[in-house]
Amino acid sequence: MTKEELKNKLTEIIPTATLDESSEWLSMTVAADKFLSNAEIIRNHPDLNFDYMFSLTCIDWKTNLQMVYHFTSTAHRQPLVMKVELNRTSPEIETVSHIWRTAEFHEREVYELFGVNFLNHPDLRLLILPDGWEGKNPLRKDFEDAVNMIKL
Amino acid sequence: MYRQTEILQDATQVSPLNGGGDLEGAGDLIINVGPQHPSTHGVLHLVITLNGETIKKVEPHLGYIHRSIEKMCESLTFRQFIYVTSKMDYLSSHINNHGCCLCVEKGLQIEVPERAQVIRVLMDELTRLASHQLWWGALGMDVGALTPFFHAFRERELINDIFEETCGTRLTMNYMVPGGVMADLHPNFQRRVHEFIKQFKLKIDEYDELLTDNIIFKNRMQGVGVLSAADAVSYGCTGPVARGSNVVCDIRKLYPYEVYNKLQFDEVIETGGDCYARYMVRMKEMRQSLSIIEQLIDQVPEGEFQAKTKAVLKLPKGEYYSRVETARGEFGVYIVSEGGTTPYRIKFRSPGFSNLSALDHMARGGKIGDLIAIMGSLDLVIPDIDR
Repeated sequence: MTKEELKNKLTEIIPTATLDESSEWLSMTVAADKFLSNAEIIRNHPDLNFDYMFSLTCIDWKTNLQMVYHFTSTAHRQPLVMKVELNRTSPEIETVSHIWRTAEFHEREVYELFGVNFLNHPDLRLLILPDGWEGKNPLRKDFEDAVNMIKL
Repeated sequence: MYRQTEILQDATQVSPLNGGGDLEGAGDLIINVGPQHPSTHGVLHLVITLNGETIKKVEPHLGYIHRSIEKMCESLTFRQFIYVTSKMDYLSSHINNHGCCLCVEKGLQIEVPERAQVIRVLMDELTRLASHQLWWGALGMDVGALTPFFHAFRERELINDIFEETCGTRLTMNYMVPGGVMADLHPNFQRRVHEFIKQFKLKIDEYDELLTDNIIFKNRMQGVGVLSAADAVSYGCTGPVARGSNVVCDIRKLYPYEVYNKLQFDEVIETGGDCYARYMVRMKEMRQSLSIIEQLIDQVPEGEFQAKTKAVLKLPKGEYYSRVETARGEFGVYIVSEGGTTPYRIKFRSPGFSNLSALDHMARGGKIGDLIAIMGSLDLVIPDIDR
């Protein structure tokens, strides 16, 4: 499947999504409350069948947070990027760890490094950071740590 | 001290957790493996819940060598950050550097000279061989055979010598730069690679004799840690772990970079899904890598080894993703640039992190001795997982 074909299919299946073609892969922005239902559609729809999530991360844009999901399919191999805007004070999003099991670890990583709360996650605890780091989110842009951080 | 979790609190009660298959009269036992344990190949901490000898749950605790490389990269320029990535997967440092260079080149649309492309592929495949050799030796040691370790390290030294001559160092080479490679090949390079191929072709048969057909080794590996194809995809497994479960995922074939599309090689696929299938994938991959090196070593084209690039690199505003196939699987670099000299955000998609997340699934219901074999077959490199 090419990028153009994927775009046509997506506009047909999810008409509410905002599509962006400027990057190498097609990117789709969805609202946080519609995210879970859209994730289920792209996983289960026979024409889309995005069964493999190869990256899950977050970007701190100082005014808001942005979740970035990279999907591809073992059937048609055309990647899709899904983006969700979250507010910075109390970021919350539904987990997708029951759809793509690799998300469980990736979401725990984003939880501790960015402070995003994943609703209904089976085991949302610190993964990489040691005890006592709850609430401190090192990958946020305003994070300061005089002891552990060396300014380059 | 381990963190308090749900399962640990349950286990303080004497009654069995799930009724059913538990050993009669036996409560659950919590065992800590690591952070310093020979079989974890680094500082990985596993909290295992056991009933009798059967594993009920494996819980990895990470972060003992987390250096926050992603945060560090935000203050390094597009030339500098590549050197940090050698320290992630130190057994695939050439390939890590390669992935980062590809991403920067994609953003700046730099055309890499053909000579540099061939040198890069040669180095990648030598790295893959060295990494698989170390894995083979360490796996043997994990399941109780000490001899393979010495055999593997003897041949690995030859590759390290080749790297040292051309790149200056033996482990974290930092040889690839945006636009090509840092220096031209050493005049001895081709001769020494030929010598290595000649020797290793004999030795790899010896490897097979030592372990592959060994009945004790087979009993430890066959039918252990089975991962189905659907689970491998769902857990995001890549590399030999997924290919052992009959998943087509070789980036070199699916999204060819550099000169891989001009080369003759097969993607090794096994259908078993157990530890032995993963073992066979890596053994066959070594032969494929040898064949790639043989195809290229006498065909290194003349010309520049580095494209002319600006002294200060500024990636245009936007986002870039590149992926390469390391010895452990798919390595992805995701750069978000705001148009400055440093990346706004970098994400490294490390293969080991996703492969490790499937460990719990594979080990459940197995015996505790099998866990060591499963970990060996996953080929974990801890700095790659922690980043």
